[in-house]
Amino acid sequence: MQELIIDILLAVVVLAAAGILLFIGRREGGMTKKQRKMMVRILIAAAILLGLQFAPAKLFDQLDRYLFPSAGRWIRFVCYLIDYFIIGYDILKKAAKGIQNRRVFDENFLMAVATIGAMALAIYENGEYLEAIAVMLFYQIGEWFQSYAVGKSRRNISSLMDIRPDYANVERDGALEQVDPDEVEVGSVIVVQPGEKVPIDGVIVEGSSSLNTSALTGESLPREAKTGDEVISGCISMTGVLKIQTTKEFGESTVSKILDLVENASSRKSRSEDFISKFAKVYTPAVCYSALALAILPPLVRILFMGLAANWSVWIYRALTFLVISCPCALVISIPLSFFAGIGGASQQGILVKGSNFLEILSQTKTVVFDKTGTLTQGVFEVNGIHHSEMEDTKLLEYAALAESASSHPISKSLQRAYGKEPDRSRVSDIQEISGNGVTAKVDGVEVAAGNDKLMRHLGISYIDCHSTGTIIHVAVGGAYAGHIVISDRVKPHAKEAIASLKSAGVDKTVMLTGDAKKVADQVAASLGIHEVYSELLPAGKVEKVEELLRVKSGKAKLAFVGDGINDAPVLSRADIGIAMGALGSDAAIEAADIVLMDDDPLKISKAIKISRKCLRIVYQNIVFALAVKFACLALGAVGIANMYLAIFADVGVMVLAVLNAIRCLFVKKL
Amino acid sequence: MKKTYKIEVDCANCANLMEEATRKTEGVASATVNFMTQKMIVEFAEGQDPKSVMKNVLKACRKVEPDCEIEL
Repeated sequence: MQELIIDILLAVVVLAAAGILLFIGRREGGMTKKQRKMMVRILIAAAILLGLQFAPAKLFDQLDRYLFPSAGRWIRFVCYLIDYFIIGYDILKKAAKGIQNRRVFDENFLMAVATIGAMALAIYENGEYLEAIAVMLFYQIGEWFQSYAVGKSRRNISSLMDIRPDYANVERDGALEQVDPDEVEVGSVIVVQPGEKVPIDGVIVEGSSSLNTSALTGESLPREAKTGDEVISGCISMTGVLKIQTTKEFGESTVSKILDLVENASSRKSRSEDFISKFAKVYTPAVCYSALALAILPPLVRILFMGLAANWSVWIYRALTFLVISCPCALVISIPLSFFAGIGGASQQGILVKGSNFLEILSQTKTVVFDKTGTLTQGVFEVNGIHHSEMEDTKLLEYAALAESASSHPISKSLQRAYGKEPDRSRVSDIQEISGNGVTAKVDGVEVAAGNDKLMRHLGISYIDCHSTGTIIHVAVGGAYAGHIVISDRVKPHAKEAIASLKSAGVDKTVMLTGDAKKVADQVAASLGIHEVYSELLPAGKVEKVEELLRVKSGKAKLAFVGDGINDAPVLSRADIGIAMGALGSDAAIEAADIVLMDDDPLKISKAIKISRKCLRIVYQNIVFALAVKFACLALGAVGIANMYLAIFADVGVMVLAVLNAIRCLFVKKL
Repeated sequence: MKKTYKIEVDCANCANLMEEATRKTEGVASATVNFMTQKMIVEFAEGQDPKSVMKNVLKACRKVEPDCEIEL
């Protein structure tokens, strides 16, 4: 039965190898030279092996009559030996080199010892050479698959992250010339045609276009850009030709910084990766020594204490099976691949993770601390409401804006913005600023007062108090109360959803820190469903608060701080993990944070956490699965249930499954 | 001084071994081998000539992984 299965498997291998060579081998970049050579070797070795299967030992024994006694036996051995060398010569060579360099325990050595041992047993019994060669063959197939799959997914992930522009168009003597972006000097004018990437940060001097920023932010909605706007590299101009004056060198441009960050991300190793490389160092020698013990001790015990025959060959065979299982490949390959795929998938969504270690910490995050302004709110003061107005809202706004037209205070600026038109100063006269209270002025000859409740009291005008939070501008026209305007920082559209989705992602505690007044802060927190609020904090107070929160949290849970990265760098670095938002174009944020969200959508925070959880879940799945299968096979091998075929399939099969599982980390779009 | 080199290595474990071998090479302050991007980042100790150090690094790496390649 087993013979038949092996025959069928060999036939499949021959067909598959031929097919792979024919189809993938021809494609451009399908296989490397090494991989093609290996495939050819696999094909030849499998074919010869299959052929030899149809020539049983008896057939060779007939040769004895024509040559010398036991000639058939030796000829048969030589046939198998040739096949063995075809498939395994490089392993043997590497194993020899390893011993020469005093580095004994690597997988080459293990495979060499296991298969040579099996060959030796076969010579001794004039039995199955098939097993040794088949094990070597399947091992090589596994190695080939690993190299192919990993290489392929490595290239795929890298190409996902590849936002590197290949050239910049510079106009010289009326003609466009493509030059290396590195060679473009600051201040020169480059031309970006529709469909091309903006190679270097700069300012548009001519033309307008919609910019696709999806490679940077994951946001598919295009941005409009016109003359005078700043553009950052990495965007794709979709509709028009742009002339851009560069403001930075290529190496300092956004795209270079991001690339640098992402490419180096997987160099920062996570604790799981460290664990695995340490584990691999111990595991392989440990299994080798137990194999040695398994080969020697049981037969000795049988002879000395039980009075039985030693059965050396049985125990040596079991020991060899051990060796086959001892390669830690599945773990060593799949864990970095998982992290790499996770980081790649996240960067596709506009989430830059600076290292595997940060992905790991993020997955353990239980407390998320927000800086209010710029993360949950837009950080821009806006007119949020007009109440109790005696006239049309726009008319009231017009009066207020005109009265405040001389002021450069943020509040008056937001009034101007809401008004929407350039205020006509000639309509305004007798402007009087009453510091800390507001202004009075004559607009179109009518007395207008705009300011806070103190101003109203000062003028003796009765006003209606507002229950909304924010800054209230009361307006009186012609000495009579005309209503009030509420100006406040606007909560971001997705902020509430973001907090809810954090909770569903397993975050226990959300905290908001702000320098704003208590009333405003409490109201925002309540409307968003945030657990704790600390208001009226100075920047130094925020660091203290975070340190306090770090002290009270329980051991393994991690604390993440989310800020806009502009003035909270100390807090970002103090937290277990710092997340900067809306970092597109802000170098300071990219520097200070561990995780950078390219746009300012707070929903991305929970997305980042979900990605990290998924990635770590896959990492643990792989660790547990690979170890469980290995230990099960070791146990079965020790008692003689698992033979070498099962061992090699356990080894290669686990590796293949772990690699495929790792690649799942890349699919994070729907999280 | 930090420098980045392109490398060619087939298996992740070999990359780990190369990293270790590089770290032990004289003149190297720290080294990271990134299997996924096939890159090696070497930080040289002060006053060391990267070229001559990298020669030894290549030699040490060849010892642990005969197939590996470092683009100098």
